[in-house]
Amino acid sequence: MIKSFADWLIFEVTGLVPGSRLGEALNFFVYDTIKIIFLLFVMTVIMGFVNSYFPVEKVKAFLTKRNWYGLDHLLVSIFGAITPFCSCSSIPLFMGFLKGGIPLGVTLSFLITSPLVNEVAVAIFIGIFGWKITLIYAGSGILMGALVGWILGKLKLEPYVEDWVQKAMSQQSVNQENKIAEKVLFKDRIRPVMKEALGIIKGVLPYLFIGIGIGGAIHGFIPTGYFEQWITKDNPFAVPVAVILGVPMYANATGIIPILQALVSKGIPLGTALAFSMAVVGLSLPEATLLRKVMKPRLIAWFFGSVTLSIILLGYLFNLIL
Amino acid sequence: MKVIKVLGPGCKKCKQLEETAKQAVAQLGEGYEVIKVEDMEQMMKYNIMSSPGLVIDEKLISAGKTYSVEELKEIFIK
Repeated sequence: MIKSFADWLIFEVTGLVPGSRLGEALNFFVYDTIKIIFLLFVMTVIMGFVNSYFPVEKVKAFLTKRNWYGLDHLLVSIFGAITPFCSCSSIPLFMGFLKGGIPLGVTLSFLITSPLVNEVAVAIFIGIFGWKITLIYAGSGILMGALVGWILGKLKLEPYVEDWVQKAMSQQSVNQENKIAEKVLFKDRIRPVMKEALGIIKGVLPYLFIGIGIGGAIHGFIPTGYFEQWITKDNPFAVPVAVILGVPMYANATGIIPILQALVSKGIPLGTALAFSMAVVGLSLPEATLLRKVMKPRLIAWFFGSVTLSIILLGYLFNLIL
Repeated sequence: MKVIKVLGPGCKKCKQLEETAKQAVAQLGEGYEVIKVEDMEQMMKYNIMSSPGLVIDEKLISAGKTYSVEELKEIFIK
């Protein structure tokens, strides 16, 4: 349906000839943009409802109810993936989890997956790379978050949480039993969820246009296989270099993924591109500076170091299997 | 005097809430004060897990939500 609309708009309305370079590029642009906006809408609404019924407060209560014997890493990693991510929430969340008695390692599992796998990234991934690659990205991201958090949990890094946080953890809150009103009817949840979803889409739309635009230009003007002269699967340095470049970058998943797909079509190995996108989406310099408020440099180094290393390993693995 | 606190380290949604709260208060007239809390230690006292937090007279109203000016006016009057 979207395809026929794009065909109609470009070839009938504007009168461009099918098969012409400009016509095909515009057609591609319109089709991709509409498809992704639709996917974004579906994903943000679904996640909005999930979040409306299971806010982080409930997740915290759920996790502290019993001993999960390590399974909590996986659970929290999945929760991290399905809760909408906002970088400014990561610190209150970190504190809230620790204060609620959730182990540091489990909290770190959440902190890894939460930005890495989020509704916007997943929607764009489905639209650009398709279901299979999206499942591989999200699945390996969730498993990595669980595993790395579990390992970090074993390393006894609690002393490297900032002192004021440790102090705050032992203190009573002003109002410990802060219960945010529950029992909201389904029909009353619709409006805020829609509002939130449209807000998210509006926020990422400019990046989407830019990303698809640049992607389209790469598709149109760079010859197929162009990058193969520098980056191939056999080059052992490609993955680490891509990941290390990607880690400090703070780029919007919306913009970067369409560009990556275009690069892949011109010869960049898919696994390398996936690892790069994980590094860009999952870790960033601004996040490190935010986390510095609650973590001592040593903990940040462990956190970033282990996630970076895992993404590099995943990149090699992707290149082997894809 | 009702004291309204907006808790947030300065992300987009926090600024938005601060802005709407100020507008709502301006429309309501006397008797309200909006304070922006950016200090993490202060913020954590209210046990919020997502930002921005909205606090009225030391009572946490919501976390991670934004409102329209009209909605806020209703909440403030109550």
